[in-house]
Amino acid sequence: MLEVSALSKHYGGVKATDQVNLNVKAGECHAIIGPNGAGKTTLIGQLCGELLSDAGVIFFQGRNVTGLPMHRRVQLGLARSFQITSVFDDMTVLANVAVAVQANRGHSFRFWRPVSRNESINARALEVLRLVGMEVQHQQLAGALSHGERRQLEIAMALATEPQLLLLDEPMAGMGAEESNAMLAMLQALKGDITLLLVEHDMDVVFSLADTISVLVYGQVIETGSPAQIRNSATVREAYLGDAG
Amino acid sequence: MTDSRLPTGVALITLILLAGVPLSLYYAGHIFWLDIFTRAVVLAIAAASLNLMLGFAGLASFGHAAYLGIGAYAVGVPAYYETYGGGGMIASYSGWWHLGLALGASALFAAVTGAISLRTRGIHFIMITMAFGQMLFYLLVSIDEYGADDGMTVDLTSQFSHVDLSDPVMLFGICYGSLLLLLLLQYRLKHSHFGRILAAIKQNENRTRALGVNTFYYKLTAYVLAGVICAYAGVLMANFSTFISPGMIEWTRSGELMFMVILGGTAWVFGPVVGAMIFVLLEYFLAGLTVYWHLPFGLLLILTVLLFRGGLGGMLQRIGATRGEGQS
Repeated sequence: MLEVSALSKHYGGVKATDQVNLNVKAGECHAIIGPNGAGKTTLIGQLCGELLSDAGVIFFQGRNVTGLPMHRRVQLGLARSFQITSVFDDMTVLANVAVAVQANRGHSFRFWRPVSRNESINARALEVLRLVGMEVQHQQLAGALSHGERRQLEIAMALATEPQLLLLDEPMAGMGAEESNAMLAMLQALKGDITLLLVEHDMDVVFSLADTISVLVYGQVIETGSPAQIRNSATVREAYLGDAG
Repeated sequence: MTDSRLPTGVALITLILLAGVPLSLYYAGHIFWLDIFTRAVVLAIAAASLNLMLGFAGLASFGHAAYLGIGAYAVGVPAYYETYGGGGMIASYSGWWHLGLALGASALFAAVTGAISLRTRGIHFIMITMAFGQMLFYLLVSIDEYGADDGMTVDLTSQFSHVDLSDPVMLFGICYGSLLLLLLLQYRLKHSHFGRILAAIKQNENRTRALGVNTFYYKLTAYVLAGVICAYAGVLMANFSTFISPGMIEWTRSGELMFMVILGGTAWVFGPVVGAMIFVLLEYFLAGLTVYWHLPFGLLLILTVLLFRGGLGGMLQRIGATRGEGQS
């Protein structure tokens, strides 16, 4: 599904990501963990096309997407959610998702008919909202939602682009226990249908969702394996403990 | 999300006054007021076109007056050549020719400058659009044949077969009708597929791109559309003032257009009309009081920005909302 080799990004002398190799298989949930400053967010940025890489290549479904801009990658099925919630606050929940549906259906160079009455777009947006359990709130302004709901909407918007691979940048960030559980249940339901690449600090979430885990430390993948392998890996333990000490 | 009733009511009343006041005064013998209001309507068209960028897509262009100039010179230059000879095939009094020239030239100018300036964001976008406007300004200042910085008079207005633009009532009617049409168009546009994408870009462009939208082309379309409409206002302006000069393009003019839009409220399709009317009336009354009218004018500007967040439209929206809550 996604093959990354020798991907690097430098900021001045600092290597945010350094020769990262990654192989995400279709259908799996692949988690990336690592201490703060390990380069996880940079890596997500490079994968989705927000950041241009200094070196290395990214193949998505057998296609070299290294030089493609973000919107092209999304059109190919590589979508992302943001660590810092990015929804359109002044729009309704439905309209937020509908923007993504519009983008997915091709161009929006239509200047006359009211888009809010495009039933085909609305129906699809509602369908996606139902998937994340938000259809009840569809008429609310996104800015009036709770933090947890905004995080859910964030995911719904990404889902509406009909991704093959979804990059989740800390979907649990800032959530309470109850909200986290709802999100976890939602991601569990998505798993299998969509390939997930998950960056997350909450180890409980990572170990209950992930099929494969890669550990990123100082911009490099030091280990990749099943949750059991990672849990018992001496290298990983050393890296984390070393970092904590 | 639904527009509250108060702003809509204010818009309707303003539209009625905008036509009723000058026409009744005109027929009562106060010819001068028709001039003031024609100017206000033409500026309202220009400001509304700027709102397509500023209000719809969040693009703060500081060079928008350039399009007023392009439209005006598309009337003045062909008329000049037709009167004094030269200019080859450009020379003409034909209104259709002036319009075609204005729309074509402005679309070209907007496409080229837009393709460059839309690659930047924020303050850089403001500076680069201003720079393009000033380039055109200095170009016109340097052309002695067109009167350089003194400009030149337009000896004969654009000629149409059934319409006489030198008739002030007729001209006012055309301007007013154009404004109504533009407002309808903008209202539809705002709620269209295209309008929603612009709104998304305005709120969070990066997010919009992350949903698979190539935002550049949407912004460029808005940019060119705004330029072409403003050039149309320029054509009307030249026919109204029968005088054109590079002064129409100076960056302070662009600032005034921006002021009208912000004063009226960017989120309100009708905002620029209110802004333009207040601007023209203020300018008239303050200039009558003192030659230093720019000073109180500037103070008022600062006050509105500080006190009325979201402009007058935003204020009306809030008043309407509180009243609605009180009733229910």
